[in-house]
Amino acid sequence: MFDDFFIRALVAGIGVAFVTGPLGCFVIWRRLSYFGDTLAHSALLGVTLAFTMEFNIALSVFIISSLIALTLIQLQKRTNLPGDALLGLLAHSSLAVGLVVIGFLTFIRFDIMGLLFGDILAVTVDDLLIIWVGGAIILLILKLIWKPLFASTVNYELAEAEGLNPDRAKAIFTILMAAIIAISIKMVGLLLITGMLIIPAAMARNISSSPQRMVIYSIIGGLLSVILGLFTSLEFNTSSGPSIITAALFLFILSLFNIKQSIKLKN
Amino acid sequence: MNANQNILVKLKDAGFKINDKWLVQGVSLQVEKGKIVTLIGPNGSGKSTTAKIALGIYKKIEGEVEKYTNKIGYVPQKISIDWTLPLRVNDFMVLTESLKNEIIDEALSLTGVIHLKDKNLGDLSGGEFQRVLLARAISKKPELLVLDEPVQGVDFTGEIALYELIKKISDELNCGILLISHDLHTVMSATDHVVCLNGHVCCSGTPMDVAKNNKYKALFGEQASQILSRYEHRHDHIHTDEGKIKKN
Repeated sequence: MFDDFFIRALVAGIGVAFVTGPLGCFVIWRRLSYFGDTLAHSALLGVTLAFTMEFNIALSVFIISSLIALTLIQLQKRTNLPGDALLGLLAHSSLAVGLVVIGFLTFIRFDIMGLLFGDILAVTVDDLLIIWVGGAIILLILKLIWKPLFASTVNYELAEAEGLNPDRAKAIFTILMAAIIAISIKMVGLLLITGMLIIPAAMARNISSSPQRMVIYSIIGGLLSVILGLFTSLEFNTSSGPSIITAALFLFILSLFNIKQSIKLKN
Repeated sequence: MNANQNILVKLKDAGFKINDKWLVQGVSLQVEKGKIVTLIGPNGSGKSTTAKIALGIYKKIEGEVEKYTNKIGYVPQKISIDWTLPLRVNDFMVLTESLKNEIIDEALSLTGVIHLKDKNLGDLSGGEFQRVLLARAISKKPELLVLDEPVQGVDFTGEIALYELIKKISDELNCGILLISHDLHTVMSATDHVVCLNGHVCCSGTPMDVAKNNKYKALFGEQASQILSRYEHRHDHIHTDEGKIKKN
């Protein structure tokens, strides 16, 4: 069944969408979209290291992204630079260093486009395993830290005062972000992963009135984007990442019309 | 370590500073089960800071905090909620603890906002939101309630009713309350212990003690002192079992 590359891509994409849905909601709620970008850009360095040392790509990306996240926290403590400047610094320097390292690796043929924008041909059965097992673990951990993470997203001091340990939840969430980037890099590509996190969740925000519903709509939006995007990718031979993100954008635009209609109905 | 089983939280010579500027220092107080401790003092005197020290929100503090409970309800003075979150009153009620529907309804009814249960939190008025905050804090039946100006923005009649509710909760749940308030009139009617702050503890004791204290008079003026003592005059008698009034 997984012999066909398209089926593999579809199964992989569906697995990714289940995880990006809820994580994406937190990215929007906690205003972390640029943070997600930074981690994703640093993934290139992880990929090149994986190739150099013949190491598993997902694991290598996960380790490098986690290190970048830790570096960011340290830099925030030690410098007076604003957060967005530090994020930009880390994002672009890790991307640049990654590309420079690729330049040295002349003995390996690199599909840079595939790395940046996703390549459905590249998804192997091993990748499926990583996505589904890794994704299940991410979702399980997210469920465990949901209460403190959500409460501190609404109000940090309330969560802290009432004994929920929000700092620990935040640290774990950062690691989950690195993990989702690691498992979805082949599908969406490192330049567009944040789009996969944000756009379905943004669409969901437009049409939902409670946090739980936003998570559910965000997952549905992600699933539809993957399915629509991959069929487009197959049909028109476009990169899988941009096709999925374009499909997500299309759904987002539809959700805007939905709002206008409901306002009209109210009047 | 807890010699007195009734103590919920105890501050020993506690203080907190940001960038070498002390927000408050040398505060000692304790909140016991069923007792209401009120912090009073001018703006910037460290009332909210003291509450946050007691709650463990500020961690790098001077002195000691001993907390003997984890069942805490907190109503902060300022709360900024990001409206990128779709959040209804109902979702907010279960923020830090999952609660049964009846319990949520009961708490919202007590503070008079049950009709707002399905409303978006962002659509509430300041007073309505304050009532929801109080409902949330009491719904989890805490052992310790920390209320930082819990009735700000609430209309006058509502204010009195809510203070009565707070007193009732303290009695019924036997929970300790750390209350911050500006309203000397209303607060004193229920308070067991008053701590008057001005960057440090200026004076403390029963409302009567504090009212007589010269430091308190210097801080708040003669008039405020009269408010306290006038209130106390209403209690210069006791109610006997026969329902008669007996002078002290």
